[in-house]
Amino acid sequence: MSDAALTPAERSAIVRDSLAVGVATGAYGLGFGAVSVASGLSVAQTCVLSLLMFTGASQFAMVGVVAAGGAPVSGAATALLLGTRNTLYGLRMAPLLRWRGWRRAAAAHVLIDESTAMGVNRETTEGVRLGFLTTGLSVFVLWNLATAVGAVAGEAIGDPRTFGLDAAVGAAFLALLWPRLRDPRNVLVAVLAAAVALAAVPVTAAGVPVLAAGGVAVLVGVIGKRQDPTEIPGPDDVAGRHH
Amino acid sequence: MWTAVLLACVGCYLLKLAGLSLPERVLAHPTVERVADLIPVALLAALVAVQVFSSGPELGVDARVLGLGFAVVALLLRMPFLVVVVGASVVAALARLV
Repeated sequence: MSDAALTPAERSAIVRDSLAVGVATGAYGLGFGAVSVASGLSVAQTCVLSLLMFTGASQFAMVGVVAAGGAPVSGAATALLLGTRNTLYGLRMAPLLRWRGWRRAAAAHVLIDESTAMGVNRETTEGVRLGFLTTGLSVFVLWNLATAVGAVAGEAIGDPRTFGLDAAVGAAFLALLWPRLRDPRNVLVAVLAAAVALAAVPVTAAGVPVLAAGGVAVLVGVIGKRQDPTEIPGPDDVAGRHH
Repeated sequence: MWTAVLLACVGCYLLKLAGLSLPERVLAHPTVERVADLIPVALLAALVAVQVFSSGPELGVDARVLGLGFAVVALLLRMPFLVVVVGASVVAALARLV
Protein backbone atom coordinates (compact mmCIF):
# COMPACT_ATOMS: atom_id res chain seq x y z
CA MET A 1 0.00 0.00 0.00
CA SER A 2 1.66 3.21 -1.11
CA ASP A 3 1.00 6.78 -0.11
CA ALA A 4 1.45 8.05 -3.67
CA ALA A 5 -1.06 10.64 -4.85
CA LEU A 6 -3.54 9.72 -7.57
CA THR A 7 -3.37 11.40 -10.96
CA PRO A 8 -6.50 13.36 -12.00
CA ALA A 9 -7.31 10.62 -14.53
CA GLU A 10 -7.10 7.91 -11.88
CA ARG A 11 -9.27 9.93 -9.54
CA SER A 12 -12.00 10.50 -12.11
CA ALA A 13 -11.94 6.83 -13.17
CA ILE A 14 -12.47 5.72 -9.55
CA VAL A 15 -15.22 8.30 -9.01
CA ARG A 16 -16.98 7.35 -12.26
CA ASP A 17 -16.95 3.62 -11.48
CA SER A 18 -18.08 4.22 -7.91
CA LEU A 19 -20.96 6.46 -8.94
CA ALA A 20 -22.11 3.84 -11.47
CA VAL A 21 -22.30 1.29 -8.66
CA GLY A 22 -24.08 3.84 -6.48
CA VAL A 23 -26.76 4.49 -9.10
CA ALA A 24 -27.33 0.81 -9.88
CA THR A 25 -27.50 -0.23 -6.23
CA GLY A 26 -29.51 2.81 -5.18
CA ALA A 27 -32.19 2.08 -7.77
CA TYR A 28 -32.57 -1.31 -6.17
CA GLY A 29 -33.76 0.53 -3.04
CA LEU A 30 -37.07 1.04 -4.86
CA GLY A 31 -37.62 -2.69 -4.59
CA PHE A 32 -36.70 -2.72 -0.93
CA GLY A 33 -39.10 0.12 -0.10
CA ALA A 34 -42.01 -1.51 -1.90
CA VAL A 35 -41.33 -4.99 -0.51
CA SER A 36 -40.88 -3.72 3.05
CA VAL A 37 -44.21 -1.89 3.12
CA ALA A 38 -45.88 -4.87 1.46
CA SER A 39 -44.43 -7.05 4.27
CA GLY A 40 -46.29 -5.04 6.88
CA LEU A 41 -43.76 -2.44 8.02
CA SER A 42 -44.81 1.21 8.00
CA VAL A 43 -43.26 3.75 5.64
CA ALA A 44 -41.41 5.27 8.62
CA GLN A 45 -40.01 1.89 9.76
CA THR A 46 -38.94 1.15 6.20
CA CYS A 47 -37.09 4.47 5.88
CA VAL A 48 -35.44 4.04 9.30
CA LEU A 49 -34.09 0.64 8.20
CA SER A 50 -32.45 2.18 5.14
CA LEU A 51 -31.11 5.17 7.08
CA LEU A 52 -29.80 3.37 10.16
CA MET A 53 -29.32 -0.31 9.31
CA PHE A 54 -28.11 0.48 5.78
CA THR A 55 -27.04 -2.98 4.68
CA GLY A 56 -29.28 -4.37 1.97
CA ALA A 57 -29.20 -8.10 2.67
CA SER A 58 -29.98 -7.61 6.37
CA GLN A 59 -32.80 -5.21 5.54
CA PHE A 60 -34.35 -7.67 3.08
CA ALA A 61 -33.90 -10.48 5.60
CA MET A 62 -35.65 -8.52 8.34
CA VAL A 63 -38.70 -7.73 6.19
CA GLY A 64 -38.65 -11.17 4.55
CA VAL A 65 -38.95 -12.95 7.89
CA VAL A 66 -41.70 -10.57 9.01
CA ALA A 67 -43.52 -11.06 5.68
CA ALA A 68 -43.45 -14.83 6.23
CA GLY A 69 -45.25 -14.26 9.55
CA GLY A 70 -42.15 -14.45 11.75
CA ALA A 71 -41.78 -12.58 15.02
CA PRO A 72 -39.97 -9.22 14.63
CA VAL A 73 -37.25 -10.56 16.94
CA SER A 74 -36.56 -13.49 14.55
CA GLY A 75 -36.29 -10.95 11.76
CA ALA A 76 -33.83 -8.91 13.81
CA ALA A 77 -31.76 -12.03 14.62
CA THR A 78 -31.54 -12.99 10.95
CA ALA A 79 -30.57 -9.42 10.03
CA LEU A 80 -27.80 -9.43 12.65
CA LEU A 81 -26.43 -12.80 11.52
CA LEU A 82 -26.22 -11.52 7.95
CA GLY A 83 -24.67 -8.32 9.29
CA THR A 84 -21.65 -10.28 10.58
CA ARG A 85 -20.50 -10.25 6.95
CA ASN A 86 -19.77 -6.52 7.33
CA THR A 87 -17.52 -7.27 10.31
CA LEU A 88 -15.35 -9.38 8.00
CA TYR A 89 -15.24 -6.56 5.47
CA GLY A 90 -14.23 -4.17 8.25
CA LEU A 91 -11.35 -6.40 9.37
CA ARG A 92 -10.10 -6.42 5.78
CA MET A 93 -10.64 -2.69 5.15
CA ALA A 94 -9.31 -1.24 8.44
CA PRO A 95 -5.59 -1.52 7.56
CA LEU A 96 -6.30 -0.19 4.04
CA LEU A 97 -8.39 2.81 5.05
CA ARG A 98 -6.20 3.68 8.06
CA TRP A 99 -8.79 5.94 9.69
CA ARG A 100 -9.13 6.60 13.42
CA GLY A 101 -11.56 8.38 15.74
CA TRP A 102 -14.70 9.97 14.29
CA ARG A 103 -13.65 9.22 10.71
CA ARG A 104 -13.58 5.52 11.51
CA ALA A 105 -16.93 5.74 13.32
CA ALA A 106 -18.48 7.53 10.33
CA ALA A 107 -16.87 5.20 7.78
CA ALA A 108 -18.36 2.21 9.62
CA HIS A 109 -21.85 3.30 8.64
CA VAL A 110 -21.12 3.01 4.91
CA LEU A 111 -19.15 -0.24 5.28
CA ILE A 112 -21.16 -2.50 2.96
CA ASP A 113 -20.59 -5.00 0.14
CA GLU A 114 -20.39 -2.34 -2.56
CA SER A 115 -18.06 0.14 -0.81
CA THR A 116 -15.74 -2.74 0.18
CA ALA A 117 -15.70 -4.10 -3.36
CA MET A 118 -14.91 -0.71 -4.89
CA GLY A 119 -12.23 0.15 -2.34
CA VAL A 120 -10.40 -3.09 -1.63
CA ASN A 121 -8.40 -3.50 -4.83
CA ARG A 122 -6.87 -0.02 -5.09
CA GLU A 123 -3.11 0.41 -4.95
CA THR A 124 -2.88 3.51 -2.77
CA THR A 125 -4.48 4.61 0.50
CA GLU A 126 -6.01 7.59 -1.29
CA GLY A 127 -7.49 5.29 -3.94
CA VAL A 128 -8.96 2.96 -1.31
CA ARG A 129 -10.51 5.87 0.55
CA LEU A 130 -11.86 7.51 -2.60
CA GLY A 131 -13.43 4.31 -3.97
CA PHE A 132 -14.84 3.34 -0.57
CA LEU A 133 -16.29 6.76 0.26
CA THR A 134 -17.63 7.67 -3.18
CA THR A 135 -19.37 4.32 -3.47
CA GLY A 136 -20.60 4.28 0.13
CA LEU A 137 -21.99 7.81 0.05
CA SER A 138 -23.59 7.57 -3.38
CA VAL A 139 -25.24 4.26 -2.46
CA PHE A 140 -26.38 5.78 0.85
CA VAL A 141 -28.03 8.84 -0.72
CA LEU A 142 -29.68 7.00 -3.61
CA TRP A 143 -30.66 3.94 -1.59
CA ASN A 144 -32.49 6.13 0.92
CA LEU A 145 -34.22 8.27 -1.72
CA ALA A 146 -35.28 5.16 -3.61
CA THR A 147 -36.46 3.45 -0.42
CA ALA A 148 -38.76 6.37 0.38
CA VAL A 149 -40.22 6.43 -3.14
CA GLY A 150 -40.62 2.63 -3.16
CA ALA A 151 -42.28 2.64 0.26
CA VAL A 152 -44.85 5.24 -0.74
CA ALA A 153 -45.51 3.41 -4.00
CA GLY A 154 -45.75 0.11 -2.14
CA GLU A 155 -48.39 1.55 0.14
CA ALA A 156 -50.42 2.51 -2.94
CA ILE A 157 -50.03 -1.02 -4.37
CA GLY A 158 -51.32 -2.73 -1.22
CA ASP A 159 -51.31 -6.52 -1.76
CA PRO A 160 -47.71 -7.60 -2.59
CA ARG A 161 -49.03 -10.27 -4.94
CA THR A 162 -50.53 -7.68 -7.29
CA PHE A 163 -47.30 -6.89 -9.11
CA GLY A 164 -45.49 -10.06 -8.13
CA LEU A 165 -43.59 -8.26 -5.35
CA ASP A 166 -43.62 -11.48 -3.31
CA ALA A 167 -41.53 -13.08 -6.09
CA ALA A 168 -39.14 -10.11 -6.09
CA VAL A 169 -37.88 -10.97 -2.59
CA GLY A 170 -36.71 -14.47 -3.55
CA ALA A 171 -35.05 -13.06 -6.67
CA ALA A 172 -33.31 -10.38 -4.59
CA PHE A 173 -31.84 -12.96 -2.21
CA LEU A 174 -30.74 -15.13 -5.13
CA ALA A 175 -29.00 -12.13 -6.73
CA LEU A 176 -27.15 -11.47 -3.46
CA LEU A 177 -26.19 -15.15 -3.17
CA TRP A 178 -25.16 -15.60 -6.81
CA PRO A 179 -21.55 -14.27 -6.74
CA ARG A 180 -20.78 -16.69 -3.89
CA LEU A 181 -21.91 -19.74 -5.85
CA ARG A 182 -18.72 -19.92 -7.93
CA ASP A 183 -17.25 -22.00 -5.09
CA PRO A 184 -18.53 -25.63 -5.19
CA ARG A 185 -18.40 -25.87 -1.39
CA ASN A 186 -20.71 -22.87 -1.15
CA VAL A 187 -23.14 -24.53 -3.59
CA LEU A 188 -23.24 -27.57 -1.30
CA VAL A 189 -23.86 -25.39 1.76
CA ALA A 190 -26.56 -23.43 -0.09
CA VAL A 191 -28.42 -26.60 -1.14
CA LEU A 192 -28.19 -28.09 2.37
CA ALA A 193 -29.30 -24.85 3.99
CA ALA A 194 -32.29 -24.51 1.65
CA ALA A 195 -33.28 -28.12 2.39
CA VAL A 196 -32.99 -27.64 6.16
CA ALA A 197 -35.03 -24.44 6.00
CA LEU A 198 -37.81 -26.03 3.93
CA ALA A 199 -37.90 -29.09 6.19
CA ALA A 200 -38.32 -26.77 9.18
CA VAL A 201 -41.09 -24.65 7.64
CA PRO A 202 -44.05 -26.90 8.54
CA VAL A 203 -42.83 -27.68 12.06
CA THR A 204 -41.41 -24.42 13.43
CA ALA A 205 -42.53 -20.83 13.88
CA ALA A 206 -41.90 -18.53 10.93
CA GLY A 207 -38.42 -17.05 11.06
CA VAL A 208 -36.92 -20.11 12.74
CA PRO A 209 -36.25 -22.08 9.50
CA VAL A 210 -33.81 -19.45 8.24
CA LEU A 211 -31.96 -19.34 11.56
CA ALA A 212 -31.85 -23.16 11.65
CA ALA A 213 -30.23 -23.10 8.21
CA GLY A 214 -27.47 -20.97 9.74
CA GLY A 215 -26.61 -24.14 11.68
CA VAL A 216 -25.53 -25.74 8.40
CA ALA A 217 -22.89 -23.03 8.04
CA VAL A 218 -21.59 -23.68 11.53
CA LEU A 219 -21.54 -27.45 11.00
CA VAL A 220 -19.76 -27.36 7.65
CA GLY A 221 -17.38 -24.69 8.92
CA VAL A 222 -16.42 -26.75 11.97
CA ILE A 223 -15.97 -30.11 10.22
CA GLY A 224 -14.48 -28.60 7.04
CA LYS A 225 -10.70 -28.64 6.93
CA ARG A 226 -9.90 -26.48 3.97
CA GLN A 227 -7.95 -23.28 4.50
CA ASP A 228 -9.14 -20.36 2.45
CA PRO A 229 -8.98 -16.59 2.58
CA THR A 230 -11.95 -14.52 3.72
CA GLU A 231 -14.36 -13.90 0.88
CA ILE A 232 -14.42 -10.24 -0.01
CA PRO A 233 -16.52 -9.06 -2.95
CA GLY A 234 -14.54 -7.76 -5.90
CA PRO A 235 -15.63 -5.03 -8.33
CA ASP A 236 -17.27 -7.63 -10.59
CA ASP A 237 -19.56 -8.83 -7.81
CA VAL A 238 -21.59 -5.68 -7.35
CA ALA A 239 -24.44 -4.12 -9.25
CA GLY A 240 -23.50 -1.86 -12.12
CA ARG A 241 -20.25 -3.74 -12.75
CA HIS A 242 -21.61 -6.81 -14.49
CA HIS A 243 -20.12 -5.99 -17.89
CA MET B 1 -41.89 -3.93 15.68
CA TRP B 2 -40.15 -0.62 16.37
CA THR B 3 -38.04 -2.18 19.11
CA ALA B 4 -36.87 -4.97 16.83
CA VAL B 5 -36.15 -2.50 14.01
CA LEU B 6 -34.07 -0.20 16.20
CA LEU B 7 -32.21 -3.01 17.99
CA ALA B 8 -31.30 -4.59 14.66
CA CYS B 9 -30.16 -1.20 13.33
CA VAL B 10 -27.90 -0.54 16.31
CA GLY B 11 -26.58 -4.12 16.21
CA CYS B 12 -25.75 -3.93 12.51
CA TYR B 13 -23.86 -0.67 13.02
CA LEU B 14 -21.87 -2.12 15.92
CA LEU B 15 -20.97 -5.15 13.78
CA LYS B 16 -19.58 -2.80 11.13
CA LEU B 17 -17.70 -0.69 13.68
CA ALA B 18 -16.29 -3.81 15.33
CA GLY B 19 -14.84 -4.88 11.99
CA LEU B 20 -13.01 -1.57 11.57
CA SER B 21 -11.87 -1.48 15.20
CA LEU B 22 -10.86 -5.02 16.16
CA PRO B 23 -7.32 -6.25 15.51
CA GLU B 24 -7.10 -8.46 12.44
CA ARG B 25 -5.91 -11.48 14.43
CA VAL B 26 -9.47 -12.01 15.73
CA LEU B 27 -10.13 -13.85 12.50
CA ALA B 28 -6.89 -15.81 12.68
CA HIS B 29 -8.72 -18.93 13.83
CA PRO B 30 -9.50 -20.86 10.62
CA THR B 31 -12.74 -22.37 11.97
CA VAL B 32 -14.13 -18.95 12.90
CA GLU B 33 -13.23 -17.67 9.48
CA ARG B 34 -14.82 -20.60 7.66
CA VAL B 35 -18.04 -20.33 9.65
CA ALA B 36 -18.17 -16.58 9.12
CA ASP B 37 -17.77 -17.05 5.37
CA LEU B 38 -20.47 -19.70 5.18
CA ILE B 39 -23.14 -17.96 7.26
CA PRO B 40 -24.24 -15.54 4.51
CA VAL B 41 -24.34 -18.39 1.99
CA ALA B 42 -26.54 -20.54 4.22
CA LEU B 43 -28.86 -17.73 5.28
CA LEU B 44 -29.34 -16.32 1.78
CA ALA B 45 -30.04 -19.78 0.35
CA ALA B 46 -32.54 -20.46 3.13
CA LEU B 47 -34.22 -17.11 2.54
CA VAL B 48 -34.56 -17.86 -1.19
CA ALA B 49 -36.12 -21.25 -0.43
CA VAL B 50 -38.50 -19.97 2.25
CA GLN B 51 -39.57 -16.91 0.25
CA VAL B 52 -40.34 -18.92 -2.86
CA PHE B 53 -41.67 -22.26 -1.62
CA SER B 54 -43.61 -21.46 1.56
CA SER B 55 -46.85 -19.70 2.45
CA GLY B 56 -47.10 -19.48 6.21
CA PRO B 57 -46.48 -22.99 7.57
CA GLU B 58 -47.19 -24.69 4.24
CA LEU B 59 -44.87 -25.64 1.41
CA GLY B 60 -46.01 -25.31 -2.16
CA VAL B 61 -45.24 -24.22 -5.68
CA ASP B 62 -46.88 -21.19 -7.29
CA ALA B 63 -46.12 -18.31 -9.64
CA ARG B 64 -43.14 -17.29 -7.50
CA VAL B 65 -41.20 -20.29 -8.86
CA LEU B 66 -41.52 -18.89 -12.38
CA GLY B 67 -40.21 -15.58 -11.05
CA LEU B 68 -37.23 -17.39 -9.53
CA GLY B 69 -36.67 -19.23 -12.83
CA PHE B 70 -36.49 -15.89 -14.59
CA ALA B 71 -34.02 -14.66 -11.97
CA VAL B 72 -31.72 -17.65 -12.60
CA VAL B 73 -31.72 -17.04 -16.35
CA ALA B 74 -31.15 -13.30 -15.89
CA LEU B 75 -28.24 -13.95 -13.50
CA LEU B 76 -26.70 -16.48 -15.91
CA LEU B 77 -26.87 -13.76 -18.59
CA ARG B 78 -25.19 -11.35 -16.13
CA MET B 79 -28.10 -8.92 -16.16
CA PRO B 80 -28.03 -6.06 -13.63
CA PHE B 81 -29.66 -6.46 -10.21
CA LEU B 82 -32.67 -4.35 -11.02
CA VAL B 83 -33.53 -6.38 -14.15
CA VAL B 84 -33.30 -9.61 -12.14
CA VAL B 85 -35.63 -8.37 -9.39
CA VAL B 86 -38.16 -6.41 -11.47
CA GLY B 87 -38.24 -9.14 -14.13
CA ALA B 88 -38.99 -11.80 -11.51
CA SER B 89 -41.94 -9.74 -10.23
CA VAL B 90 -43.29 -9.14 -13.73
CA VAL B 91 -43.04 -12.84 -14.62
CA ALA B 92 -44.87 -13.86 -11.44
CA ALA B 93 -47.55 -11.20 -11.91
CA LEU B 94 -48.10 -12.22 -15.55
CA ALA B 95 -48.28 -15.90 -14.61
CA ARG B 96 -51.06 -15.11 -12.15
CA LEU B 97 -53.04 -13.33 -14.86
CA VAL B 98 -52.97 -16.39 -17.14
